[in-house]
Amino acid sequence: MSKSLNRVARSIRRNWVLYLFLVPTLAYLILFHYWPMYGVQIAFKNFKPARGIEGSEWVGFKHFDKFFRSYMFSDLLKNTVILSLYQIAISFPFPILLALLLNYCVSQRLKKTTQMVTYAPHFISTVVLVGMLMVFLADSGVMNQILIKFGLQPRNFLSDASMFRHIYVWSHVWQRTGYASVIYIAALSGVSPELHEAAIVDGANKLQRMWHIDLPAIMPTAIILLIMNTGNMLSLGFEKVYLMQNDLNLSVSEIISTYVYKIGLLNAQFSYSTAIGLFNNAVNLVILLLVNKLSDKLTGTSLM
Amino acid sequence: MKHKRVSHFDTVFDAVSTTLLVLCLLIVLYPMYFVLIASVSDATSISTGKVILLPKNVDFVGYSRIFQDGRIWSGYLNSIWYTVASTVIGVVSTAMAGYSFSRKDLAFRRPLMLIYIFTMYFSGGLIPTYLVVKQLGMIGSPWIVILMGSVSVYNIIIARSFFQETIPVELYEAASIDGCGNLRFFLRIVLPLSGAILAVLALYYAVAQWNGYFNALIYLNKQQYFPLQLILREILISSSTVMSDVVDVDAVQEMQRIAATIKYGVIVVATIPMLILYPFIQKYFVKGVMIGSVKG
Repeated sequence: MSKSLNRVARSIRRNWVLYLFLVPTLAYLILFHYWPMYGVQIAFKNFKPARGIEGSEWVGFKHFDKFFRSYMFSDLLKNTVILSLYQIAISFPFPILLALLLNYCVSQRLKKTTQMVTYAPHFISTVVLVGMLMVFLADSGVMNQILIKFGLQPRNFLSDASMFRHIYVWSHVWQRTGYASVIYIAALSGVSPELHEAAIVDGANKLQRMWHIDLPAIMPTAIILLIMNTGNMLSLGFEKVYLMQNDLNLSVSEIISTYVYKIGLLNAQFSYSTAIGLFNNAVNLVILLLVNKLSDKLTGTSLM
Repeated sequence: MKHKRVSHFDTVFDAVSTTLLVLCLLIVLYPMYFVLIASVSDATSISTGKVILLPKNVDFVGYSRIFQDGRIWSGYLNSIWYTVASTVIGVVSTAMAGYSFSRKDLAFRRPLMLIYIFTMYFSGGLIPTYLVVKQLGMIGSPWIVILMGSVSVYNIIIARSFFQETIPVELYEAASIDGCGNLRFFLRIVLPLSGAILAVLALYYAVAQWNGYFNALIYLNKQQYFPLQLILREILISSSTVMSDVVDVDAVQEMQRIAATIKYGVIVVATIPMLILYPFIQKYFVKGVMIGSVKG
């Protein structure tokens, strides 16, 4: 026992520089992640800034109770989950399809060009993307001009609440498909050429090879990504939704993270907002752990 | 005979897949291209649908308005400064942490790693974090935007995987027998072998800081410190028209007319740094995905 303790002590002494290397990032995490986690207790208190976190009185689950009873609760949860699952379901197949097409592309030049162009939107900022959506989909924007040209009725895309989810999800497909295909292209490059040669000798055509050789090769990656995304469905990003919100689409575009921001920072209901955020984080963590277990069982791969 | 049928099928397959790829290429390319041509076309041609493949009645009035707008300049300078600072801090601290975690002989490696990884899956949330920043007296300070963008546990894990794969254990053992300490080994041997991962990290941090607006929205309160993305939000989304020093009725009317052109121009101006760096970015981002996908 003391021998192994000694060994550990010696190893620490020998590698003290390595621990020093951890100091900056560890300090950051303690300051901006673990200290806030200590502050999460205000979800169970009536936090008054003047009294500080410790000085504020405990109120138990009052804020959670209020949230579960509030008329916003079901709307927020529904909006968050629907938008999230819609996005996961739609954006799942496209990168796979693109990777397969690129893999069978006969022209190297077309392949390179397509890759270069389709990766590009990933680097456009969210603000610029939503800005583009707004100029394209405005009443006098390009989209409506196209509709008019084809003899169709122009629409108010941006003020139509029923369009919000489609615009959100399909612009995501436009922006991220190329970049998301990279990981599948990597998986495809790992497929042994001998498999294809053997299949060709056996008279398999390209579609058959794609179906029986390439698809199985990328399936593990695809399933893991799908499962992980589902596990994260409640942590839907704030940035894009917040920018796309307007008074007319709020009934479908208000999600948990934007509500937390408005209640907390704009209305200064610190405890209530923290409680909603904590509920979201806790449920998300539970889903993630469950999904992780499931993934471990099904595919033998897990996050940790 | 059978062979012939298969090759015939494959010809059709090639034609279909090439068509699909070209279609995909055009769908992604055209909106970006349209922004570019619209930004140098006159407003009336855009709103009447005359700008389709080439710019019409080329003028640079949009751009000249944009460059007269002081907000864009200050936003640009702020963004450059935040991006450079948080990239430098991020790359240095991430490479250090990533290297430490790549060493199997680091005692308490697992529990330490767990402390890091836990923060990826659970956080105090918006308000508790805000209160901490407030207590630190950093609300309104540009430094909070720089710091908040400078540590990512995900990037530390990528760096760790890279070091584990490229720096063999024997290398350190040999060097340490020759009396080379950890610090010298890291500076003299590890870093020179790690150009690729440093580039990947730098690009990850730089792109995230350049494109993000969340931290600035939450923590900054003075326009003089706003990064470009917050200014863009005002111009593109909150629809405040670009301001210049000239304020008279004609100028205001003219400005409303060209508001759309200005928006297109602003999009181009905001994306230019990415465009210039794109070949470099593309190469290393793809590399980063590859390293990230080979989890250690």
